[in-house]
Amino acid sequence: MTETLSALDAWLSQYVHEYLLFTVYSGLKALIILVPLFIVVAYYTLAERKVIGYMQIRKGPNRVGPKGLFQPFADMFKLMFKEIIIPTNSNKYLFIIAPVITFAPAMAAWAVIPFNDTLVFSDINAGLLYILAMTSIGVYGVIIAGWASNSKYALLGAMRSAAQIVAYEIAMGFALVGVLMVGGSLNLGEIVNRQAGGIGHWFFIPLLPLFFVYLISGVAETNRAPFDVAEGESEIVAGFHVEYSGMTFAVFFLAEYANMILIALLCALMFFGGWLSPVPSLIGDSIGWLFGKTAVFMLLFLWFRATFPRYRYDQIMRLGWKVLLPVTILWLAVEGVAVYFKVGPWFV
Amino acid sequence: MLPTGEVTMIEAVIFYFFAISTVISATAVVTVRNPVHAALFLVLTFFTSAVIWMSLEAEFLAIILVLVYVGAVMVLFIFVVMMLDINVARLREGFVRYLPLGLLVAAIMLGLMLSVVTSDVFVLDAGSEPLPKPADYSNTEALGGVLYTDYVFAFEIAAVILLVAIIAAISLTMRKREKTKYQVPSDQIKVRKADRLRIVKMPSEEKR
Repeated sequence: MTETLSALDAWLSQYVHEYLLFTVYSGLKALIILVPLFIVVAYYTLAERKVIGYMQIRKGPNRVGPKGLFQPFADMFKLMFKEIIIPTNSNKYLFIIAPVITFAPAMAAWAVIPFNDTLVFSDINAGLLYILAMTSIGVYGVIIAGWASNSKYALLGAMRSAAQIVAYEIAMGFALVGVLMVGGSLNLGEIVNRQAGGIGHWFFIPLLPLFFVYLISGVAETNRAPFDVAEGESEIVAGFHVEYSGMTFAVFFLAEYANMILIALLCALMFFGGWLSPVPSLIGDSIGWLFGKTAVFMLLFLWFRATFPRYRYDQIMRLGWKVLLPVTILWLAVEGVAVYFKVGPWFV
Repeated sequence: MLPTGEVTMIEAVIFYFFAISTVISATAVVTVRNPVHAALFLVLTFFTSAVIWMSLEAEFLAIILVLVYVGAVMVLFIFVVMMLDINVARLREGFVRYLPLGLLVAAIMLGLMLSVVTSDVFVLDAGSEPLPKPADYSNTEALGGVLYTDYVFAFEIAAVILLVAIIAAISLTMRKREKTKYQVPSDQIKVRKADRLRIVKMPSEEKR
């Protein structure tokens, strides 16, 4: 992979200027990450409908292509050719820019994700913080969409989303502080490498409460069931994106699913050893482990949606502020003691 | 791949682009009529200044600026501003009346800034030019090392002041309202089926 890229780099440098080359080269590398991501997002939507279908004893989509396998493309073409309707008295610029503001940070966060020891787009020191910062910008898309739509339902959805994301981001950040304490670095690659040595060295064991807090707040941050009050079909129609149609809607959708995959991938990287094998003496480390672990968490997202009824709004606030936050603070104190006494094999 | 050390053209382009954006959006914060637009321009100002900090190799501070101010503080600001029905015309009424005072405050702030910037500490040849750090230099680690050793006292005091501010704000705004119906979650959880549900046995209806 890396040899191919450097060969490509050498070939390109014959034709273009250095700065342009850097841009072209980075763009190509970004495409190598984003194109598979889009394909996974497309098939994740199909998997969601199929999995939930089977959980509810129905078949799910099975008409387009063999066993419904081309359904995502049918959906895509439908959304591409639908008219984009801009509501009267809405704020046109903000209305159009809101999906972009949701989408761009969701993609930008993928820049620092390591797929194995060498395969990473940008290996920056503060990778964990960068991801937190990028995912926290995404909420502006929701807020602006809700406000610019000039619709009461959309505004209510935006309000709910803003309060929810502020509440859960704090718990999420504190859970990541725990990862930082045991990993000793903000660089995601280094965090994974600190978990080397088999399943007993993975961080989910000393950080079990923080892992659950992270997973729950990850579901809440992505506005997924059972925390999807920002959309709340039964109460506020579709919440912040009620006025969006066609591609503008599709972009929101794409960002949401990319964020779900990101949260699943981060769970695998930070708590379950990323690309490391659970029994290194038997099977070697490989990128397949990372994708396998990510797939398990992606399935969990769908399972949650099929299982749990939607939380009531005040229950969401109570869970975020009065349950998850104290749990993280308490566990950080416990972890501090463990770090001080060098409890092995994690805190060495 | 890219040359390091000297200020490259690309760095200059990035700096001027984001510096100009910062100035324009900061001006827009105080000139646009719609308060929501003003708040959004403030978000843009924070973001562009974070990029400038980033180009100064202060990546930890830059990311924290985005995380805290863009990601949390401004969300709350917009949350409030969106709910208020602010009458812009009334806000503009006192403009001429308060103009002299405003100009005075602006002049004082400009004077203070100039006095700081032109002092010996900040002039260009005050110290040696800072060298670019190697790629594996961790800004976060260096900052944490200084913050929790040399400046731990100041750091803790700042934390306590913030805590006091939080408690003060909460205790000032918290009041018992008689008519509000509160939910008691523990009562809700303790409820058993027998408390609310009564199953009545009835004889089945006879066919005639």
